[in-house]
Amino acid sequence: MKKICLSVGLLLSLWRAGQAQQTPTYEKRKLQVAEVNLVSSYYEQGGQNSAVTGGIGSEYLRDYAQSFDLVLKTTDRRNREHSLVFDFNLDHYTSASSDQIDPLTVSSASRSDTHIYPSISWSMRDDARRTTKGISVAYSTEYDYKSYGVNLNFSKLSADNNREFSVKAGAFFDTWTVILPAELRPEGYGSGAHGDRDPVDYKPRNSYNLGLSLSQVINKRLQAFFTIEPAFQQGLLSTPFHRIYFSDGSETVERLPGSRFKLPLGMRLHYFLGDRFIFRTFYRYYLDDWGMKAHTVNLEMPVKLTSFISLSPFYRYSNQTAVRYFAPYGQHATTDRYYTSDYDISGFHSQFFGMGIRLAPPGGVLGIGHWQSVELRYGRYDRSAGLGMQANSLTFLAKFK
Amino acid sequence: MMKRIACLTLLTMSLLGAGLSGCVSVKEYQKSRINDADMELSARKSEKFEQNFYLYREGAAGANGGKSGGGCGCN
Repeated sequence: MKKICLSVGLLLSLWRAGQAQQTPTYEKRKLQVAEVNLVSSYYEQGGQNSAVTGGIGSEYLRDYAQSFDLVLKTTDRRNREHSLVFDFNLDHYTSASSDQIDPLTVSSASRSDTHIYPSISWSMRDDARRTTKGISVAYSTEYDYKSYGVNLNFSKLSADNNREFSVKAGAFFDTWTVILPAELRPEGYGSGAHGDRDPVDYKPRNSYNLGLSLSQVINKRLQAFFTIEPAFQQGLLSTPFHRIYFSDGSETVERLPGSRFKLPLGMRLHYFLGDRFIFRTFYRYYLDDWGMKAHTVNLEMPVKLTSFISLSPFYRYSNQTAVRYFAPYGQHATTDRYYTSDYDISGFHSQFFGMGIRLAPPGGVLGIGHWQSVELRYGRYDRSAGLGMQANSLTFLAKFK
Repeated sequence: MMKRIACLTLLTMSLLGAGLSGCVSVKEYQKSRINDADMELSARKSEKFEQNFYLYREGAAGANGGKSGGGCGCN
């Protein structure tokens, strides 16, 4: 909390210093609704490599997600545009693997759960200085996990408005409720389930992110974006209810180092071909100090069938190497210092492909003037890890202006 | 690790330098295509929850406009 307060204080002092140097020339305008977005999503996955049961067992999961964001804007006396964004997100999932944390009871701590994560952001764009600065605070809660986050950002446009440099910094302060698999709980240790009065442990996990990015208009049809986003995590980075089965048949819970440094580098190139085709390309290289390296490419090609209907086929390919602490079920030695059988951090390649359709009629969707557009998107995900994992994702977006 | 980071940073900066030298100055009135909603240099709003499942189902994260911290993604 101290770090959050310091960050907010620093930003406010920067803001006040900026205010003092400007001369009022414009009238203050009222706060107005600029945009509202509603996103609904359904996600379903299947697989047989659950980390909860040591790398074997069902990974079946269904997730219903809802998001609502409201963008408010106003202009102050110095003609600076202030934006306030309220973002409310809710996921409700049922998970076959989490049901195996405590398979002998009907009150398993996390068979189904609701994840709620709202955030509030403020930003100020100053056209005279060609700068934008902002701050956002975020909160996230689920049964066994709480997170508080703060992000600061600053960007500066070039004189010709064709280049923008941005820097952002963020921190998340999280707390785990340490729920252990039923058979591995010490005497007197709680299950974490509602109504169980036996105590459980709480452990921190903190994440610090920095992002430096540059966007550049290259010509009338092509623009690019480059970013580097180092991140550092420390605390309990293993999941306390992931089981490990050693080669000698004994059992324990996952154990991973207490810190992790990640370095992703990303690049986007977007090109408008003719009057109808857009190529959206993305590439990311990732490495971390747990020994993982990954390459991700994404290509999406929106095709404007008419001025208000577009189709967007997309394809994403990703390839990652395993962290050095990974081994499948029953293959870790008891002498290993760290161990995990979580296939999410194993070596695999994955593909995600599908199609989106977007309608933006000139008079509004269904003749409702403020309903600017509607979008439906379906994708199929296949992952090669272990026995393989498949998922389907369906998203609906309604945008109001 | 640090050597690799230094190499990657140098490579990125070289690519940036080479790429940006070929840029032309585009006026605001010439940006009708650049300003198209599909040309926005970030992930789409409709990709919001897809970004979440990549974050949970894959080890690599970040540099794509999604969140890179907060939430356990443990199910």
